[in-house]
Amino acid sequence: MILKFRIFRYDPEKDDAPYYQSFEIEADPKDRILDCLNRIRAEKDPTLSFRMSCGHGVCGSDGMRINGTSSLACQKLAKDFKESEEVLIEPLQVFRVIKDLVVDMDPFFERYYSVKPYLITRTPPPDTERLQSVEEHRKFEDAIRCILCACCTASCPVNQDKATAGYIGPAALVRAFRYLFDSRDEGREERIALLDNKDGAWGCQTRWMCTKVCPKEIPVTKEIFEIKKRILESKKGKK
Amino acid sequence: MNFKHDIVIVGAGLAGLRAAVECVEEADVAVVSKVLPTRSHSGAAQGGITASIGNEEEDHWEWHMFDTVKGSDYLADQDAVEIMVKDAPRVIYELEHMGVPFSRNKDGKIAQRNFGGHTSEYGKKPVKRACYASDRTGRVVLDTLYDQCLRHRVKFYQEHYVLSLVFEDKKCAGLITYDLSSGELNLIEARAVLLATGGCGRIFKTTSNGFASTGDGLNLAHRAGIPLMDMEFVQFHPTGLYPLGILVSEAARGEGGILRNSLGERFMERYAPTVKDLAARDVVSRAILTEVREGRSFEGGYVHLDLTHLGEKKIIERLWEITSFVRIYLGIDPVYEPIPVYPTCHYLMGGIPTDTDGRVLQDESDAIAQGLYAAGECACVSVHGANRLGCNSLLDTLVFGRRCGMAMKADISKIEHQPVSDEPLEKAKEMLAGLLYHKGYEKIDVVRRNMQSLMMDYCSVFRDEEGLKKELESIRSLKMRFNDVEIVDKGKNFNYELMEAIELGHQLDLAEVILLSALYRKESRGAHFREDFPVRDDTNFLKHTLVFKGQEVRYKPVVITRFQPEARVY
Repeated sequence: MILKFRIFRYDPEKDDAPYYQSFEIEADPKDRILDCLNRIRAEKDPTLSFRMSCGHGVCGSDGMRINGTSSLACQKLAKDFKESEEVLIEPLQVFRVIKDLVVDMDPFFERYYSVKPYLITRTPPPDTERLQSVEEHRKFEDAIRCILCACCTASCPVNQDKATAGYIGPAALVRAFRYLFDSRDEGREERIALLDNKDGAWGCQTRWMCTKVCPKEIPVTKEIFEIKKRILESKKGKK
Repeated sequence: MNFKHDIVIVGAGLAGLRAAVECVEEADVAVVSKVLPTRSHSGAAQGGITASIGNEEEDHWEWHMFDTVKGSDYLADQDAVEIMVKDAPRVIYELEHMGVPFSRNKDGKIAQRNFGGHTSEYGKKPVKRACYASDRTGRVVLDTLYDQCLRHRVKFYQEHYVLSLVFEDKKCAGLITYDLSSGELNLIEARAVLLATGGCGRIFKTTSNGFASTGDGLNLAHRAGIPLMDMEFVQFHPTGLYPLGILVSEAARGEGGILRNSLGERFMERYAPTVKDLAARDVVSRAILTEVREGRSFEGGYVHLDLTHLGEKKIIERLWEITSFVRIYLGIDPVYEPIPVYPTCHYLMGGIPTDTDGRVLQDESDAIAQGLYAAGECACVSVHGANRLGCNSLLDTLVFGRRCGMAMKADISKIEHQPVSDEPLEKAKEMLAGLLYHKGYEKIDVVRRNMQSLMMDYCSVFRDEEGLKKELESIRSLKMRFNDVEIVDKGKNFNYELMEAIELGHQLDLAEVILLSALYRKESRGAHFREDFPVRDDTNFLKHTLVFKGQEVRYKPVVITRFQPEARVY
């Protein structure tokens, strides 16, 4: 099949402003969009820049907007777009564009780190493993599928709005959920203190975009709701 | 720019990060990675980590050791294997204490499952030895170690690509990096440099490896005069998703999945009567391709991996990721339909020779290359010999990554920073200018695809002298063509074309080393199968291959302690 692409281009080294460039390539219906982008680089324009690593939806490198939706280019196939007149490829929103589809991920990882993404414990560990029941594990199992691709944060209307851009975003909250609901963690109070503010869990306006775009099918919005619930429960407990 | 650290680690996968965590409290540590952290290929590991903790059934490190040695076709150094398997339970508990979300059994302990080649009582029956987190074990361990690095303020030079190692007075004194975001060159001086750069599966056409697995670290060491060991041993994983080559974890068979040919036969019963589908990977890959050759495969050359009898609950709970891959890429639901699979290049058993503390060895007398260390897939300790068992690779990265960290911590008190001349930086500048401004006409992609097809056709699961010789000539002529490669992008901002050209140079060099090693080993052992020498030859080849710069091939003996070589039957 012939597939037409319209791709966002911007190299601050030589371009005054971003522009869109069109390409047409021959693609197998089962080709990944990532394969198509690589073919464009190989056959048409080697200066096109985008990140990639594993190529099958595990590393989280190739998040970008495909026909307006934040997705992983390695998870979308050419045949998914056979009805499209052209496939529009743009960088993730929210983040600063460095070149073409490469965006600055530093602020993303800084916010990620701000939720203390590690197990907090006070009780010394036993000689072997800490016990955790299958049910306790299941509580946060969806959340550990997160690959930090940033598709959710980039699609979140709250993060996109300049007035509320301080919101730490759904990806950081998923990781916060993962530790808050891990039965081995003993940092509940400090975690709740970090999350109980307008740029924390309360920044979420339940707009569902994160859940809609998540390439790993994590119920993001629901998990943020669970965090809010836990914050309220802990306040109630204190009274 | 010039930077200076006590310890510089190249590679942010499991081996590199585990080493960083080990020494960060006592030394100034930096990690250099050509991709962003958490994008390293360790994250693609699915199935688990082996340890004889016996949570499901009786197990002992001696059994684990025997299986690993037998799996290696007796080429692994048994002193190193013993260190690894004895340390395995500690590794698992340490990860659990750090927060790794292992799947649990009904007692609330870490769950364990079967994996190929892992048995109880020295080969009698399969044993549940692999500790796992669904089928995303590598990713969750990588995330956990990255979080530990952040917590301990490890310095990251992310999206920095290493161009060369710097040696002064025969000691490794640092490295030169190319900053992808600015195009600037940096000299990073160090008292100890650890190469933890992973494998080189991208030399082959069909591979489970990520785009970054181009073997840079292996060849940086080789160019600096370090021999590469046992490079003929390249593992083909039996179950790559057809036709993409994406890994379908051995956990699928560990959980009860069955391989079937086009006649519906469970053909592994013929090749491995005792453990059947849970034989070692080299055995299963050869079996699949034998079925293909004898006409019992599906059109295009694949077989079926059948999970349909396992039931949706078990498949979703334990094999979520691969179920998702199969649905996305093939539009098939493995709950109801078998998965088309064929062998895919997966792992390099060979690599940079090291002692059991990760110190790089520069010849067959085991002389140490001062200041240089290696761990993980790019290193060859050797614990995997001629064929690695599933779930032993994560174990290798964690055991030897840590030991390497401890060795570097201890050694740097005796190593001073070497004064570094301007020469390495000038040479790197010349190299870049040569690539960028040379008037070329060859395309990177064309040369690379040529190399990948050649390696697949002549140097994958089945090999012979005629094919290897022919391919060696072809690769050498590709190297000539590479000299005329054209780089269109002259920019300094995320110039991936330039990086890929440098990677291709490494890949071609490594292809030649692999071919030479394979050509000279006139026997069949583990993953190296020579159709013209189909039998293992312990009299002449129970030894490690070393390929030196200038393509000189030499050998060194294998360390045998507990288990004498015997016939390898599963």
